[in-house]
Amino acid sequence: MWPAVLVACGGCYILKLAGMSLPERVLADRRVRRIGTLLPVALLSALVATQTFATGQDLTLDARAAGLAVAAAAVLLRAPFLVVVVGAAGATALVRAVS
Amino acid sequence: MVPDVPEQRDTWPAVRAAVVRDAAAIGIATGAYALSFGAIAQAAGFSVAQTCVLSLAMFTGASQFALVGVVGTGGAASAGVATALLLGTRNALYGVRLAPLLRVRGLARLGAAHLVIDESTAMATARDDARAGRLGFWATGLAVFVCWNLGTVVGAAGASVLADPRSLGLDAAAPAAFLALVAPRLHHRETATVAAVAAAVALASTPFTAAGVPVLLAAAVAIAAGLRRGDRAG
Repeated sequence: MWPAVLVACGGCYILKLAGMSLPERVLADRRVRRIGTLLPVALLSALVATQTFATGQDLTLDARAAGLAVAAAAVLLRAPFLVVVVGAAGATALVRAVS
Repeated sequence: MVPDVPEQRDTWPAVRAAVVRDAAAIGIATGAYALSFGAIAQAAGFSVAQTCVLSLAMFTGASQFALVGVVGTGGAASAGVATALLLGTRNALYGVRLAPLLRVRGLARLGAAHLVIDESTAMATARDDARAGRLGFWATGLAVFVCWNLGTVVGAAGASVLADPRSLGLDAAAPAAFLALVAPRLHHRETATVAAVAAAVALASTPFTAAGVPVLLAAAVAIAAGLRRGDRAG
């Protein structure tokens, strides 16, 4: 397992460093800046969706959806970050416990 | 309180305190999530040392979960590595946004690159003020690094206690955290549209693509939207 661990660690770091090391002229491009602003939004949204509604390659509707609903309500109520996260985990655990 | 964007009248000390407080809260939350990573990695057959090296050297949660998840469900180690790298490509994309904000060179850039993760990027870009953004990046990156690795050690050591993190709902903690991080940026209609389309594309492609690909297709949505808006602006 060590080779896999080390290759994955090295590869992930190289990806991080490559992103930070793009030449100035690339970063000065207005379209690149716009894309750079939109990318985290798109990726985080996709992670929210897939980590809530997917299990492997299957689309699923399970207790995590209840957790996300609680998280969304907490966000709308401007609750602290920890309340959002703990609320989501708690709601998910509760639904699993009673179902 | 991440969704709070300070108002114009806030002084720098007040902004600084708010950023540091948010960073600490994010660190603690991810530390709790790292407990489950440590436990899952143990259950997947990784040693305590390998688990800790992953959190120290890979330091990007989704990729780490992907690697141990694929291996833990019987997948080849190479498939796990490929999935981890696919998920890790988004950190390179984050750099596009972070490099002009951080403006780091030499050793500082080597260090900053290691801290490029979802949480530090979100905090760096959550505020309009560049100084607050830089502080948000470093404070969040370091807070998460410390808490993530502490959580990993404790989780790996106490694997038997947290053998099934699903019973505690910990698998719902990550999407909830991502939602809280992205929420402040959904007030603009165009950004919200990109978010919705990206989520829909990711879900729609999930049954037909390998793990990690749906999130990359969501990146393509952002790129297409960015190019389109660029054209329209002339």
